[in-house]
Amino acid sequence: MTPSTRKILFAPLVDNNPIILQVLGICSALAVTTKLSTALTMCIALTLVVACSSTLISLIRHYIPTNIRIIVQMTIIASLVIVVDQFLRAFAYEISRELSVFVGLIITNCIVMGRAEAFAMKNPPWPSFLDGLGNGLGFSVILLMVGTMRELFGSGSLFGFSILPLARDGGWYEANGLMLLPPSAFFLIGMIIWGVRSWKTGQVEQPEFRIQPAHNPTEATR
Amino acid sequence: MRRLLDNMKPHFNQGGRFEKYHALYEMVDTFLYTPSDSTRSAPHVRDAIDLKRLMSYVVVALIPCIIWSWYNTGYQANLVLQELGQVNHGWRSNLLQAFNLGFDPGDILACTLHGLLFFLPIYLTTLVVGGCWEVLFAIIRKHEVNEGFLVTSMLFALTLPPNMPLWMVALGISFGVVIGKEIFGGTGKNFLNPALVGRAFLFFAYPAEISGDLVWVAIDGYTSSTLLMGLDGYSGATPLGLSALGGLEAVTAADYSWWQAFIGLMPGSLGETSTLACLLGAAFLIYTKVASWRIIFGVFLGMAITSALFNLLESDNPMMAMPWHWHLVLGGFAFGMVFMATDPVSAAMTNAGRWVFGILIGFMTVLIRVMNPAFPEGIMLAILFANIFAPLIDYVVIQLNIRRRMRRYD
Repeated sequence: MTPSTRKILFAPLVDNNPIILQVLGICSALAVTTKLSTALTMCIALTLVVACSSTLISLIRHYIPTNIRIIVQMTIIASLVIVVDQFLRAFAYEISRELSVFVGLIITNCIVMGRAEAFAMKNPPWPSFLDGLGNGLGFSVILLMVGTMRELFGSGSLFGFSILPLARDGGWYEANGLMLLPPSAFFLIGMIIWGVRSWKTGQVEQPEFRIQPAHNPTEATR
Repeated sequence: MRRLLDNMKPHFNQGGRFEKYHALYEMVDTFLYTPSDSTRSAPHVRDAIDLKRLMSYVVVALIPCIIWSWYNTGYQANLVLQELGQVNHGWRSNLLQAFNLGFDPGDILACTLHGLLFFLPIYLTTLVVGGCWEVLFAIIRKHEVNEGFLVTSMLFALTLPPNMPLWMVALGISFGVVIGKEIFGGTGKNFLNPALVGRAFLFFAYPAEISGDLVWVAIDGYTSSTLLMGLDGYSGATPLGLSALGGLEAVTAADYSWWQAFIGLMPGSLGETSTLACLLGAAFLIYTKVASWRIIFGVFLGMAITSALFNLLESDNPMMAMPWHWHLVLGGFAFGMVFMATDPVSAAMTNAGRWVFGILIGFMTVLIRVMNPAFPEGIMLAILFANIFAPLIDYVVIQLNIRRRMRRYD
């Protein structure tokens, strides 16, 4: 693997992560991360869809008329999502029911459309596939982190297996009800962004304006 | 003392040996002596006092609430003990027995000290854990440790039920200080009231410990729920909780009179039961111009008008018929109105905006209390809601003012 393909595949994991840098795909990150099993299913589904759609769109990119390109992209993405949805209903009905409408909503996930528009329309199939795969994995990393924390602290378990015995079942751990509510995913994603940006300071945005100091520094050190 | 601090000063200034710990030095110095520099911008421009002195006035205004919280917590606990006819077990009762005080609900000193022993652990936990976060951020971010935290910790402790587990108290104040305040750059830059953010976190994370009927009376050595459930004919429900189920009749049926609720002899969170104590604090805050009287009266007006409107409606919901003077004395309404809504940082800054802000809080409080069966109390969520709207309210007020003045010169 050459350095440039490696960059295409691995840059979306931390340096150009779709959730924490571009802040896309937040809706599903809030909705499906209560349990790790649903989060993992969502990750696999989205990674498949974005990798395949990028490859397919890149294959026919020279034949797509510019003014209807969004419609063509949507058609391809929607077809793939329907395949994934039907597959889940056939082979993992329980999880598909828990994910409910959010599998179908992969169509509207900005990451999928964004990669098709920004990368697959301008690059050959193999890099487009890697780019889609990388972005799917970048999405998955954050989703699994949030899902792990929410299920562990909200229900004391991982993948349904009890890790921290709950107080109401005679254990010692008092479940944190906030973790089961969608806002907790906001807090967790915010804290992940905070952590990553203190580590990689290049991601910090320029402040829009400066706040005038309330204390005059020359006076303070007088 | 002054000389000692002055001798230490060079070490803490830039280039000194303990440069990193400047924030700590600054905290001790300005806490003990009037700082040589005064705060330049809002909330006060003309006055020569520092923001820290301003915040200390709020703590002074809280004193009636604090003392009442000791007495009432102990009184409620002793009342239940008397009914149970047994002496409780735990370090608090051992200590009280060592001083030969007993558990008589009629004995003011015994009640006060009993309640103090519930208040102190909660308050000290808040102070130590929140203070650690505050100092940590002050050192890393190189800003000053602000006395606003003394107010936040006191307010936070007073809004909790007396039997709150201490690790939850620690978690709540950590969330309040870090997510509610420091993440936005510290005191003065937070758009929500940190004490309420901490309480809201606990409210949604551990609803069993901070809502319902069984947490408002603290019995030492027991979790109150197991104890109170076995007790016939006694419910630990707050009058507000009763009213959410059966309206005003349920409150009077449980032998609560308006005066009793006004003075605050009822179960509830530590510091919020007494409307009288809150109004004493309000008088002090308005007299010293620390809190905006416009916000306080705005909240009151919003509440009174909304409940009067609900009274006119015919409905099956018993809360609809609750008159305004009962809304005033039940639950945390008075405490929130006087101390939480008037936080100078997170409230609206313009005078007209303060009226709108206050009325919005009063309106939302009654709306949540009456219309939402899941939340008997609405003042916490109403204030947080209005906090979010405060910048928008100010923006509209300023734009309207600009437009009016432009028209004058046309």
